[in-house]
Amino acid sequence: MKRAELKQKKLDATAARVEGMTFPAGAPWAEALRQDALNRLLTMGLPQGRDEYWRWTRPDSLNATEAPKAAVFTAGEAPVFSGLDRIKLVFVDGVFDAEASDALEGENLEIMRLSDALSSDIHWVKDAYGVQEKKAQVPVERPFATLNTAFATDGMVIRATGKVAKPVSFVYLHKEESSDAILHHVIRVDEGADLTVLENGPAAARFNKVMEIEVADKAAFHHVRAQGRDHERRAVTHIFATVGQEALFKSFTMTANGVLTRNEVFIDIIGDDSVAHVAGAAMGDGDFHHDDTVFITHDAERCESRQVFKKVLRNGAKAVFQGKILVKPDAQKTDGYQISQGLLLDDNSQFLAKPELEIYADDVACSHGSTVGAIDEEALFYLRSRGVPASDATDLLTLAFLAEAIEEIEDKAIAEDILHRLEGWLKRRRK
Amino acid sequence: MLEIKNLHVKLEEEDKQILKGVNLTVGEGEVHAIMGPNGSGKSTTSYVLSGRDGYVVTEGEATLDGEDILEMEPEERAAAGLFLAFQYPVEIPGVSNMTFLRTAVNAQHKARGEEELSATDFLKLVRAKAKSLQIDADMLKRPVNMGFSGGEKKRNEILQMAMLEPKLCILDETDSGLDVDAMKLVSDGVNALRDGKRSFVVITHYQRLLDHIKPDVVHIMYDGRIVKSGGPELALEVEHNGYADLLAEVEKA
Repeated sequence: MKRAELKQKKLDATAARVEGMTFPAGAPWAEALRQDALNRLLTMGLPQGRDEYWRWTRPDSLNATEAPKAAVFTAGEAPVFSGLDRIKLVFVDGVFDAEASDALEGENLEIMRLSDALSSDIHWVKDAYGVQEKKAQVPVERPFATLNTAFATDGMVIRATGKVAKPVSFVYLHKEESSDAILHHVIRVDEGADLTVLENGPAAARFNKVMEIEVADKAAFHHVRAQGRDHERRAVTHIFATVGQEALFKSFTMTANGVLTRNEVFIDIIGDDSVAHVAGAAMGDGDFHHDDTVFITHDAERCESRQVFKKVLRNGAKAVFQGKILVKPDAQKTDGYQISQGLLLDDNSQFLAKPELEIYADDVACSHGSTVGAIDEEALFYLRSRGVPASDATDLLTLAFLAEAIEEIEDKAIAEDILHRLEGWLKRRRK
Repeated sequence: MLEIKNLHVKLEEEDKQILKGVNLTVGEGEVHAIMGPNGSGKSTTSYVLSGRDGYVVTEGEATLDGEDILEMEPEERAAAGLFLAFQYPVEIPGVSNMTFLRTAVNAQHKARGEEELSATDFLKLVRAKAKSLQIDADMLKRPVNMGFSGGEKKRNEILQMAMLEPKLCILDETDSGLDVDAMKLVSDGVNALRDGKRSFVVITHYQRLLDHIKPDVVHIMYDGRIVKSGGPELALEVEHNGYADLLAEVEKA
């Protein structure tokens, strides 16, 4: 097939996908932003398997008009984060559940449902909704995020004006077998402010989520996400962030199970002396496909970025890492680090990695590494020779493999909680 | 205590016989030294006893207090009271030395049906033992053997031994890579564990270690067998004359 024909096929498929979808009610300015997104989407088209950025992750089920079914799983243990003093925001199959949630208020905090924000006249939201998503389409297109901007039905708009003591905690419940959810959060952390956002839960049979975050000068943003349970669920998520001067951005994601998860992170470091870290620990068993696609741009001096991604795979599970550090000409004294590692617990599993560095400044320190391997036999024997049974020793070494990613969580209590979840996951899968 | 009879071992990957009939009996509370030229099978003996992969026992047996250890998993041998101090201790990134020690101690307690140590009791114990081996808090916090010097690694082996309180300790060239002071420290650590009941098999190339850890019996290993056994004076003979004369004498006989 010729190129033009392929493109036309892609555009036709995209048109079919959005046919019948309507914009949720909103102010004219919001409608204009959604229309702009739709126009952009119809020009670029949703991804196909041939697309460079989708070669290792099949987009078919994300493109399908109907969301494939996903069985709802009832778990015995309490969900992650439930023991924390937090502001809980519950979404059921992508719809905000006010009754199950805490009040939309907090010290140094403004929270509003997306539909309310897009129906009113809030200055900063007008300049934020879909804005980072649009900017992030270059040099690589992220059409599912554009689809999200056009059709997001719910979400939250959050502004931190100072230090927010309690974390804002999104809880995504999944109750309908074939639910299809599109959520869009817009977050602004004002100068000097400090906000922690938590996310957990399977969300829906198919979940498309965008989070746009602006971290202003001297502000700090912490994000910890747990994607687990409901093995048949599918998700495509995007985090877009700009990081200001002397600001801090830290995001960690734990993924356990899921037939398809694509987590994209796009960070623009625009202020000098700032820090941006993204980390992930993924554990897959069997029909598991997990994709981390990360793009960090250094556009300021003396900034530090880290990408730490670890995947534990067994029984034919598959994981992908596509990570890039782009250092622009003026981003001198950049300190960039990227590591992606796969631990294969058997011969059937697969880890695919594409680490990329693109550096235009001359005075930078960037290091990167990507490895794939099995449990270290020497270390395993050493532990066993000290009396540790093989299964315990394997779990210990697996958790040790994940440690570097988990260390990226600053809150010790949360890190401990996450570690216990991973430990439990391994224990449940002992041979 | 330890009884090895006619032990024959070959490599799993290639058809190469390494041990060709080792006989060794170590009684309760005894210290036996095994010396011998490179490639004679000393380290292989220690690996086979501890259950390392890659070896096939083709003949013979080894028992610890009457129990056949060759049929056991490595962790079962450890719980039964066997300990190998590695010639090359393994580095384990991501696992702190403290976690490693606690996991090992508790696993052995559990395997033997004993109560696990409480966190405080464990901490007290490990601190006391670490202090006598001059292992500081930082070394306990660091990942297992990561960034440790040669001497620190060997001291760490002895700390594990002290914490696990095995019945039989096999020291595989524990003196290699140690300076004089470190050797003294390690030897003191070993001697502190000699209580008249615990037995030791010390594999070494040099008489010097045996000045510190006094053996009851010295064995010379050559070509997969123990070819000569004697008192401590045998080690001195090796030190002064090397193996050549000794082995020539054996071959003649």
